[in-house]
Amino acid sequence: MKISKQEVEHVAKLARLELSEQEMTLYTGQLSDILTYIEKLNELDTSKVEATSHVLDIKNVMRDDVPAACLTQEQALANAPDKDAGHYRVPKIIE
Amino acid sequence: MKYETVIGLEVHAQLQTNTKIFCGCETKFGEEPNTRTCPVCIGMPGVLPVMNRRAVEYSVKTGLATHCTINPSSRFARKNYFYPDLPKGYQISQYELPLCENGNVEIVVDGKLKRIGITRIHLEEDAGKNLHQAAGNASLVDLNRAGTPLMEIVSEPDITSPEEASEYLKNLRSILRYIEVSDADMEKGNFRCDANVSIRPAGSKELGTRTEIKNVNSFKFVQKALEYEIKRQAKLLDGGERVVQETRLFDSEKGVTSSMRSKEEAHDYRYFPEPDLVPVMIAQGEIEDIRKTIPELPDAKRARFVKEYAIPEYDADMLTQSKALAAYFEATVKKSGNPKVVSNWIMGELTRLLNAAGVEIEACPVAPERLAGMITMIDEGVISTKIAKTVFEEMYTTGKDAGTIVKEKGLVQVSDTGAIEAIIDEVIQANPGQTTEYRAGKEKLFGFFVGQVMKASKGKANPDMVNQLLKKKLSG
Repeated sequence: MKISKQEVEHVAKLARLELSEQEMTLYTGQLSDILTYIEKLNELDTSKVEATSHVLDIKNVMRDDVPAACLTQEQALANAPDKDAGHYRVPKIIE
Repeated sequence: MKYETVIGLEVHAQLQTNTKIFCGCETKFGEEPNTRTCPVCIGMPGVLPVMNRRAVEYSVKTGLATHCTINPSSRFARKNYFYPDLPKGYQISQYELPLCENGNVEIVVDGKLKRIGITRIHLEEDAGKNLHQAAGNASLVDLNRAGTPLMEIVSEPDITSPEEASEYLKNLRSILRYIEVSDADMEKGNFRCDANVSIRPAGSKELGTRTEIKNVNSFKFVQKALEYEIKRQAKLLDGGERVVQETRLFDSEKGVTSSMRSKEEAHDYRYFPEPDLVPVMIAQGEIEDIRKTIPELPDAKRARFVKEYAIPEYDADMLTQSKALAAYFEATVKKSGNPKVVSNWIMGELTRLLNAAGVEIEACPVAPERLAGMITMIDEGVISTKIAKTVFEEMYTTGKDAGTIVKEKGLVQVSDTGAIEAIIDEVIQANPGQTTEYRAGKEKLFGFFVGQVMKASKGKANPDMVNQLLKKKLSG
């Protein structure tokens, strides 16, 4: 299956990836190869197989609604590149 | 041209669990920023979410209360987008196979019953909160709310007017509160609404282009925002222009909606099954167990009140707005009888005093037995209804019972013929001019005399007796 350069551009944009013209061409080719390879699976008849959403045959893994310890504000913000007044500080969001 | 309106509503209701949906952090409102987080809800690498059992139960309970089908197998999905309040870069939500589908909520508009369909109810996690600093070019992020369990309740486009939208929201909110799965407090943002609205030429089958109005935070504003948006779309179509599909924000001060520049050009969330969570399978037995925990719902209670207590629909509707108010009414009636009188006191004086003090019925300083006691005193002729208002206010502020207040303040109704006649004689003597006029045929002066007698008795004279005796004395 061929993927178009526009599609690669769109996906890159959604993933916030900045690609050079050269990378764009490279990835368009590579992604097309991967999709072609995966397409082979379409040769199998899966009409009678239920779609898999999870590989393990387990269900209902749940916890009780009981509070557990939280991080302190200092711990939570320890890895933040920028902080202010107990908050994560990020580039201004609303125009 | 004449248009028809088509409205669909999406409600996000916060579930009143103790902890977040996928971790043990407490879901508290108004805490210091970033003190209710852990590696799971701030998206640290290598952590795994584990489903909160109560969040699933509450969603199923909501589904049952709104006549939904509960899917025996349900799964979760990742909704991918970037925003600073979403630490993982995706929201865990549901896409295919939500917990509940195909339900309805009943509303009454202009005396007519209508069912508004519910497309689906699914479970998802909330994002954090952004704070926009007035100065500087930065925003601040508090992740205490990130991972709070939310139910998204999506209606069918069955709503055809802003009034219906408002009724639907009121009834839905009331159901959530009755079944105690959400406090649905709009001010705290625990019950948020997005509205999809479009118009089409009357009689047309095809749907018009819709716009989405985001996060309107009161019933009144939902109605206003929709009214504005419907007019705006009609004006566009009448002018030969077309409606652009977009997200709009409602400005409650100006009463207008305006286009919100979209954060993501094309919404392309690339949903895929969440590999970190296993499917939720709910057995029929569990569904039945949850069904048993559902109390009498507002609709049923309203109908029962009308039938059992012979009170008007309007009263029944008001009294069943909250479960606590309905319980207060029933507890009072049980002691005093007189359902309509009880209803009048609750909807009148009691509600007035509670509203003035900003107090909920749950914290009402006058217990139902106390109100019943006062009503019995009116019934037995000990106090007049007029005096009772003073007594009730005193009960509300001092917490004393009616009997004590009446005794302390000497408010017992005067029903002694001799005493009332004496007052009437005084009043007639003091107003010779009016007396002559009345006797000459100016009968509307009667009210004046009643007023004077009541005033002279400091409101304590039995009004029925005053009427009777006055008529006799004045004509004689």
